[in-house]
Amino acid sequence: MSTKTDKIDRLAELTAQQESSSGASLWREALKRLRASKMALVGAWIIAVFLLLAIIGPWVAPYAPGQQWRGEVFVNRAEFVGARAENWFGLDHLGRDIFSRMLVGARQTLLLGVVSTLIGLSVGALIGSFSGACATLGGRVGQRIDSVVMRCIDIMLALPSLLLAVSVAAVLGQSMTTVMIAIGVVQIPVFARLLRGAMLVQGGSDYVLAAHSLGIRKRRIVLTQIMPNSLSPVIVQATLSLATAIIEAAALSFLGLGNPDSAKNPEWGVMLTQAQNYADSAPMMAVYPALAIIITALGFTLLGEAMREALDPKLRG
Amino acid sequence: MLRFVVRRLLQLIPTLLGLSVLLFIWLNRLPGGPASAILGEKATEAEVARINRALGLDQPVYVQYGRFIKRLIEGDLGTSTQTGQPVMDEFLLRFPATVELSLMAIVLAVAVGVPLGYFAAKRRGGWLDVAAVSSSLIGICIPVFFLAFMLRTVFSVNLGWFPSYGRLTTGINATEVTGLAVLDGLLTGEFDATWDALSHLILPAIALASIPVAVIVRMTRASVLEVLGEDYVRTAESKGLRKGVVRTRHVLRNALLPVITSVGLLTGSLLSGAVLTESVFTFGGIGSFIRTAIDGRDYPVLVGFIMFIAMAYVLINLLVDLAYSLIDPRVRVH
Repeated sequence: MSTKTDKIDRLAELTAQQESSSGASLWREALKRLRASKMALVGAWIIAVFLLLAIIGPWVAPYAPGQQWRGEVFVNRAEFVGARAENWFGLDHLGRDIFSRMLVGARQTLLLGVVSTLIGLSVGALIGSFSGACATLGGRVGQRIDSVVMRCIDIMLALPSLLLAVSVAAVLGQSMTTVMIAIGVVQIPVFARLLRGAMLVQGGSDYVLAAHSLGIRKRRIVLTQIMPNSLSPVIVQATLSLATAIIEAAALSFLGLGNPDSAKNPEWGVMLTQAQNYADSAPMMAVYPALAIIITALGFTLLGEAMREALDPKLRG
Repeated sequence: MLRFVVRRLLQLIPTLLGLSVLLFIWLNRLPGGPASAILGEKATEAEVARINRALGLDQPVYVQYGRFIKRLIEGDLGTSTQTGQPVMDEFLLRFPATVELSLMAIVLAVAVGVPLGYFAAKRRGGWLDVAAVSSSLIGICIPVFFLAFMLRTVFSVNLGWFPSYGRLTTGINATEVTGLAVLDGLLTGEFDATWDALSHLILPAIALASIPVAVIVRMTRASVLEVLGEDYVRTAESKGLRKGVVRTRHVLRNALLPVITSVGLLTGSLLSGAVLTESVFTFGGIGSFIRTAIDGRDYPVLVGFIMFIAMAYVLINLLVDLAYSLIDPRVRVH
């Protein structure tokens, strides 16, 4: 008899625990911590400015990105036009207004980061949740499937991201879409592993045990209990991935695999790569896009790190 | 221990097999198929047809795959379309340079990152902590090739403190023993060659170390913070043990375990970084070779490199796991 009452007591305790740490309050608490964090504040401001530029940039840019200043197209490397009243950041190697190209480039860069992260996130989350679900509710067969999937993911993780992206780009040919897919593919294993890992941890937690003993169906537990609680590391990673995507895109264009249509659709990574050929005579031409990339990446990194800290139960006071 | 090593090495087989399937599919999906992979993109139709026949592309896929695997096992990675030399020979020739650069970068990253992370955690919230955390955050946000480029422009081209390309000044008398130029100079007593090699190595190594150092600082800091809160550290301190003893025997020894793991996992990003830094400094290792292979669509070289990296990654992480069991007696490898 006593064991039975023990069990019921324990169940009550668990339900109480679950109520006190239910999804909504976890998020509310995290949001409160996030608001108090200076890191998050700086990151959010940077992102806000970047978003604003990406949205209005092409409209407020004083000149078309492909427009060339006739007669001032550089003849030799000493003749670069630096910053002046009509061209705030000066002209590039083809006599185009760098300031305008930066503004237009913000949208391209944002698009690239968001689309590639979404590719990585959606495919990765799909694989991860499948594998995690197999492991938590599939019995022996499920665990077998999970382990096979994870071995495949490990193979992808073993490859340096840049080479993986290069391989994808080699098959798909050179275009902006290719760059997005290539960078997205690189993120797939990261998201898959993360979500699966989080699901396994949640699967072993007390509230899942409680739900089991209440007789809730396994599939329902996975969908309504385990999944929502496993999402926070994925959201954090997505924020951090936006930063990686922008940096990785710059590296890809450095390797000659960037957006080929950079005259009309400039992207910061391509601008940086092109500028490096003229760094001796016009160093600022490289500094503008480089700073833009670094600051934007920093914004996403700061916000992502702050979110990670806010959501970390170990750090919760 | 031995069984653990053997089992882990056996795990390499499915990994490499899986990878070879992926690579095989990849080669077949390339625009123009494997023929253009071998001949390059400027091949004429007649040449493509000849190669297709010679490669047995008219045969079933599994036969083709079997042949592909057989060649890989024999260590035959094909011929570089750029240099016309066997890919394996090209790798062996350039391998030491990349090893030397990567080792130097890791040594730098650990030598700077671990103490910085430790003291940042010790004085949490202090100026050193803020500086360490913010510089590591900025560190991962700087594109590696841009950092390499800036270092080269400022310290080599403008200030002239370091050479701007290569591994050794041409004309310097250096005997090759291991292929690691710095080590060779020390072994043979040609200290001028050692110095010369070091001065070539330092800037690329700093650029390559930027991301590992950022990761290691943050890893060490987080891990030391966790260990500092442990009961056994408080016990050790209240026992009246000297600070140095507590620091090395209790805090660092426990805190370094996750750091070592992260060093192993950095292998992949290190090799990506090597491709970028080596090509900025024309360093002459595998990295700059891969850069030209990407430019010239030299697919046999890329395939070989990918197989090679996957193997290196698994082996290095095996070594890391073994190191783990040496440092931490609680971890027993079975």
